[in-house]
Amino acid sequence: MIRVFSSADVWFIVMAVRWTLILSAIAFAGGALGGLTIALARTSHITVLRRCAAGFIQVFQGTPLLMQLFLVYFGLAVVGLPINPLLAAAVALTLHASAYLGEIWRGSIESVPSGQTEAATALSLSYADRMRHVILPQAMRIATAPTVGFLVQLIKGTSLASIIGFTELTRAGQIVNNATFKPFLVFGTVAILYFILCWPLSLLARRMETRMRRAITR
Amino acid sequence: MSEHAIIMRGVNKFYSAFHALVDINLTVARGERIVICGPSGSGKSTLIRTINQLETIQSGTITVDGVELTAGGDNVAKVRQDVGMVFQSFNLFPHLTVLENCVLAPMKTRKTPRAEAEATARKFLERVRIPEQAEKYPAQLSGGQQQRVAIARALCMKPRIMLFDEPTSALDPEMVKEVLDTMIDLAREGMTMICVTHEMDFARAVADRVIFMDKGVIVEENAPAEFFDNPRNERLQNFLGQIT
Repeated sequence: MIRVFSSADVWFIVMAVRWTLILSAIAFAGGALGGLTIALARTSHITVLRRCAAGFIQVFQGTPLLMQLFLVYFGLAVVGLPINPLLAAAVALTLHASAYLGEIWRGSIESVPSGQTEAATALSLSYADRMRHVILPQAMRIATAPTVGFLVQLIKGTSLASIIGFTELTRAGQIVNNATFKPFLVFGTVAILYFILCWPLSLLARRMETRMRRAITR
Repeated sequence: MSEHAIIMRGVNKFYSAFHALVDINLTVARGERIVICGPSGSGKSTLIRTINQLETIQSGTITVDGVELTAGGDNVAKVRQDVGMVFQSFNLFPHLTVLENCVLAPMKTRKTPRAEAEATARKFLERVRIPEQAEKYPAQLSGGQQQRVAIARALCMKPRIMLFDEPTSALDPEMVKEVLDTMIDLAREGMTMICVTHEMDFARAVADRVIFMDKGVIVEENAPAEFFDNPRNERLQNFLGQIT
């Protein structure tokens, strides 16, 4: 039975936005934690840590996000956990975000002039104090714009979770389309909703970038 | 307390195949003021950077205030607390105010309470003659002022030895004097100082000993009068001819 595309359908799609947001938030928070770990490992003096982090980044940047989702989704069953689309999507997107944020933040940490580390070291500050009070605050300013930019990518990336059956925005669209068979209308609505989520962030990132550039050339 | 501030014995440093420091032997007495000069790439900066282990060495021993520096361990941290360093490019922390720059290390490594650290910082800022800039950010100060903040920041750790790595080389000419004056004050107070600099008037005025380095070797060392008026080594003669 094909029914008409009604306001109830639109509402159903709009309500699915929260799952896209929840998934993005989990992946971003997890990715921030993982990314910081990866970035610190990448810039560490310990060769093993550096290599491991580099390997992690290579693997996750060198394979499609969709494959990562599949592997985690089916991997959950292999390690004896119940198959749960939200869990699988959250884990896969967290790993994905860790790799990308790790690489962005590594670059930011390395772009802080080496004289800063030297001065802090000469003042006998420990590694933790050096990072926390001297290097990371400066790296953060450089990293903000590309980080917000990546957040946009991540929000759009959550749409792939629909393929493993997690009912976020895209999957809600598929469900409605299967019942109404109005793909242009349905997916147009879905696309507009993504745009409403991402556009302000893109603007923010661009403004931060301009401000950053001005701060550097000052 | 040992009577020698610094003892370097048979120190060698390599950057892969490049021999940056060749068999350096140097003893610095407590309260002594030493100026190191030499052409660029002669190893003078590298030498003072080994004293607080910003550069590691491949052989030899360095003893600072009776504590032998070994790679890693607590000794290095201890020595760094007692050795202040001033850099050519200031290296102030740009995201912190002048006052915060000065109190960070005392609060974190010496566990000094904030009020006490701030009082000390203001005292030293007064001494380098910029007490009114305490709340500003480094970028708002001139080069000379920034370098004086860097000196105050190092002094806040109450070091027994101060290392200066070409402190005036990045400054506009009119600001060199204010930094040198600060250093002269410090020398008068009896601070043990090792300065890499080409300011020969400064060397004449405050140094107990001037050292000339070339190609990683200490070529000549002498009291300033002898050093400048009676250089024995030919390379030193050439060098002095070029810079004066």
